Amino acid sequence: MDFLSLLSFLTFFLIVASVYSVACLGLNMQWGFTGLFNVGVVGFFAIGAYASAILTGPDYPDTLLGGFGLPVIVGFAGAVIAAGLAGLLVGFVTLRLREDFLAISTFGIAISIQLVALNFSRLTRGPDGLYSLPKPFSGVSTSVLVDNLFYLAICAVSIGVVYWGLERMVRSPWGRVLRAIREDETAALALGKNVFRYRLQAFVVGCAVMGLSGALYANFVGFISPQDFIPIFTFQVFIMLIVGGSGNNLGAILGGVVVWALWSGSGALIAGILPPTIQTQAASVRIVLIGLGLVLMLLYRPAGILREKRIVSQEARLPDGVAGGRAAGPGD
Amino acid sequence: MMQFVLNGLVLASTIALGAVGLSMTYNILRFANFAHGEVIAIGAYFSLAVVTLIGAGVGSIGPIAFGWPLLVSLPISIFVTSMIILLVDALVFRQLRNKNATRITLIMAAFGLSLMGRSLITLFAGGDPKYYEFSIRKVFELFPGAKIGPDELAVMGIAASAFIGLYFYLSRTIMGKSMRAVAENPVLARINGIDTRQVIRWTWIIGTAFATVGGTFLGHIEQLRPEMGFDLLLLMFAALILGGAGNLYGTVLGAILVGLIDSMSVAIGLSAYRAAVVFMVIMLILLVRPQGLLGEKA
Repeated sequence: MDFLSLLSFLTFFLIVASVYSVACLGLNMQWGFTGLFNVGVVGFFAIGAYASAILTGPDYPDTLLGGFGLPVIVGFAGAVIAAGLAGLLVGFVTLRLREDFLAISTFGIAISIQLVALNFSRLTRGPDGLYSLPKPFSGVSTSVLVDNLFYLAICAVSIGVVYWGLERMVRSPWGRVLRAIREDETAALALGKNVFRYRLQAFVVGCAVMGLSGALYANFVGFISPQDFIPIFTFQVFIMLIVGGSGNNLGAILGGVVVWALWSGSGALIAGILPPTIQTQAASVRIVLIGLGLVLMLLYRPAGILREKRIVSQEARLPDGVAGGRAAGPGD
Repeated sequence: MMQFVLNGLVLASTIALGAVGLSMTYNILRFANFAHGEVIAIGAYFSLAVVTLIGAGVGSIGPIAFGWPLLVSLPISIFVTSMIILLVDALVFRQLRNKNATRITLIMAAFGLSLMGRSLITLFAGGDPKYYEFSIRKVFELFPGAKIGPDELAVMGIAASAFIGLYFYLSRTIMGKSMRAVAENPVLARINGIDTRQVIRWTWIIGTAFATVGGTFLGHIEQLRPEMGFDLLLLMFAALILGGAGNLYGTVLGAILVGLIDSMSVAIGLSAYRAAVVFMVIMLILLVRPQGLLGEKA
């Protein structure tokens, strides 16, 4: 493989990994810091993708909304707002429920969102999907590689901004309350904190970040359809977060890259080694192995690659010896 | 109108059979088992394997298009599926329990197992739909304008008798009472000498047995697909939540309501959105009654 094709491959790989990393950061806000088990990650990812596609895409025949052709940055902003609003609505109804009811209801919401994407064709064009979505800077050069390098830069900036913002949030007094709720809800309540409101805020922030991830995906691939938004995505993001280190934002980014490398690497390996007749079986084996990986991770290394830092405030942090890191789940 | 009530009740029978296991793991092992859909599917596929091994079709009893081969396959399939589930419990869930993992960690492990289960079925049985038999079924008019097949009626009857059996099991036998005790208060149950491990074992076995029966008859009425249980999972959870989670009778009531809402959503022309409609109705009910219909206030 010559240098240019290696670079092209690497660029492509890193862009997709960035999409996952952003979603992972969003989930880290909800699960890692606040202990909210959102099984509907893919739903908010889809809302972001469709919002950006509708805002930036061309005019499609027979659709209610569209043809705005707005700049991609507006699409991204729209995705963040749409997913955030959806998170507000969903959170308002579900966050009052018990924690495992939250898991069940977000699972239901993701399925409902996929049904809307599939059947509400006046908005989403159903299974035909939305196509010809613009990619920023794609007119600058004739080379796909240069286009993708520009897009990778956009991804890097997005990750940077999200990381910076989330770090600011979780190290503020507000972030401390979130961790307090995660560790002991009753104690937080006893200290006079409005647990529901904090949870709702964290949930909305996380959903908005997932929406951004969806927009990054939509405008990179240029075509989205309901098949892009299946429950396995949620599962992948959870594995990434747990492998990377739940409760650690750098870990979330790292987990996205590492797990996506394993995932796509194993896919390439299967495609390269095995004869085409058993490729479909091989795809199932891959999912079995990934599922096994998650279960083993939960059993033997629940804290992930990068443990959560024990932070008291923006300025002060506990030395590593004190109290140690914590495990994957709230109160583990 | 009557037609949709009948359709809803048929669906409710399979939901209720599946939701029993979900409700029992929820109350005794205290987590929402996202892999329960795969228990249903695995049970149904083992029934198919046994029926194929016997090689005598599925037989028939009078007008009903299934007979002894399918009924014989049930206990075998229940046994094999239960053994698998107990193995999974020993390898995964028991380990997590011993580490005092939170219920969310258990849910996540179940989530991973669910994905593995579906892929394993696809791997061994193929992803395309399977059938126990291909006969054309008769239907008759039970009420004016409302048709139903003898198979559907038989399935409803089997579900109803299974629930009556479960009621007596839980209220009259020592193990049934132990289960209710552990569900009520695990520490107090253990202090009183109840063998929790034994209770957990029977919880899995009974849940699996009901799931296998539900899956087999769902496969008989419709078809067998690797996703057949996963697609039912949301409806079963809806039944569980609606009934108030802690209450097995509530779960059965919830299953009936979910079945009816589902067939009503078809009746008003929302068949493409049926799962979403059921779910939205549940959410609205929970806004008013967060503890479910028969649940007690926390």
